[in-house]
Amino acid sequence: MTKIAPNIRLSNFRLRYQETEILNLSSLTLQAGKWSCLLGQSGVGKSSLLRAIAGLDDDWLIEGNVDFDTGHSDVAYMGQKAFLMPWLSVLENVQLGSILRGEKRDEKRARDLLNRVGLGQYIDHKPAQLSGGMQQRVVLARTLMEDRATILMDEPFSALDAVTRHELQALTYDLLKGRTVLLVTHDPLEALRLGDVIYVLEGRPAKLLPDIRLVTNAPRQVGDQEVDELYPDLMGVLSKAERV
Amino acid sequence: MNKTFRFALIPIGLCVIWQAVVSFSSVPSYILPGPIMVLFALKDNAELILEHSFITFFEIIMGMLLGTILGCLSAMLLIWFKPLRQWLMPALVISQAIPVFALAPILVLWLGYGLASKVAMATLIIYFPVTSAFYDGLQQTAKDWLDIAKVMGGKKVAILYHIQIPAALPKLATGMRVAAAVAPIGAIVGEWVGSSKGLGFLMLHANARMQVDLMFAALFVIAVFAVLFYYVIDKSLARLTRWHHPHKV
Repeated sequence: MTKIAPNIRLSNFRLRYQETEILNLSSLTLQAGKWSCLLGQSGVGKSSLLRAIAGLDDDWLIEGNVDFDTGHSDVAYMGQKAFLMPWLSVLENVQLGSILRGEKRDEKRARDLLNRVGLGQYIDHKPAQLSGGMQQRVVLARTLMEDRATILMDEPFSALDAVTRHELQALTYDLLKGRTVLLVTHDPLEALRLGDVIYVLEGRPAKLLPDIRLVTNAPRQVGDQEVDELYPDLMGVLSKAERV
Repeated sequence: MNKTFRFALIPIGLCVIWQAVVSFSSVPSYILPGPIMVLFALKDNAELILEHSFITFFEIIMGMLLGTILGCLSAMLLIWFKPLRQWLMPALVISQAIPVFALAPILVLWLGYGLASKVAMATLIIYFPVTSAFYDGLQQTAKDWLDIAKVMGGKKVAILYHIQIPAALPKLATGMRVAAAVAPIGAIVGEWVGSSKGLGFLMLHANARMQVDLMFAALFVIAVFAVLFYYVIDKSLARLTRWHHPHKV
């Protein structure tokens, strides 16, 4: 990875949908090259925040700024489901960015990346022929192909079975090293396993609770001292969080 | 049972029943000729029927082509220009309240007895199903696909071409299947209202002269063509949208 990962700063950031204020963050900094995990109950506005940072416009009003200290927004987005294009082959899906931008396709790099996620033999398959876990690997390859300095992920592992999820978390962590990552999740264990910093959103409008910083290196395991110590606290915070 | 076998058996079975009804009842042959008689009429008038068939087939295919092109263009316009949608969509729906068949005499009046009025008729009759199906498909493209494309920096045209259009193909295929089934009706009705050529004309002409066997022969050719036409369209569309039913292939 050659690009410089940005710090992403949000200040006095408000998000309003019709009459309702959804989010109100006085300040939030996603640190360069770190994994920030965002927890909170369903509907609290985690995904909205992620989409706003990605620059996706919904029918909402945004106040405040999202600053990338590298000067430009350079993001890739991974959603909950794979969202591969079913009419394109695995190889073409990985090259989707170049196809859409009308650039020359780098087939060699796409093949290399598919090999790295363990899908070297499946390049000519259509997404529907792959399992859920394999589809997420294609998405991972597609994300790496885009080579963006910031990766925004909205519960990318939530639809996978436990074993696949565990494998894919490790692989994703390994391959996205050095980038600024924001991972939205509803699973406190996932946040403890992968996050350098954990944020919790709560209330309406949603505000951030004091963040939790982890000191050991990710990916961590259940049984690691830090995970075991923080898990009860985090669960406590989440279960006390006001329901929206 | 084998699909091809069943496909062949159904028309043969129907013909046997048909012949039985004719043979064992006293329906005169000028009301209901038997299949054998129709077959002879087909053979005796082969050249005449072939000549008129070409005209009708041409009308149907031209109508299908024009209707599909116009329908797809309209749907894309509706997607592209949001303000246009509010004006054009109601107009389109209202236009469907006018029975297309009622327009046939007007079309003949405006476009004459020749091919143009029949092609226009077939075009009009398939325009709406194609437009609404394709528009639906374009509009219902999964938001997440569009989001991914936007984050990747795809321009609006590129997103339409690479994401929305392929995503809408299964819906368009549904509209085109309906179109393939009704296009022949458009052409034939157009011919009935006023023409000097085509299978519809031949049927009216034979009807007036009590050549009921020739009428049935023309009807038979229309039916066979309509089935084949539908089959070809259906199969080619299924090929194009194979990804939509990955487990069927």
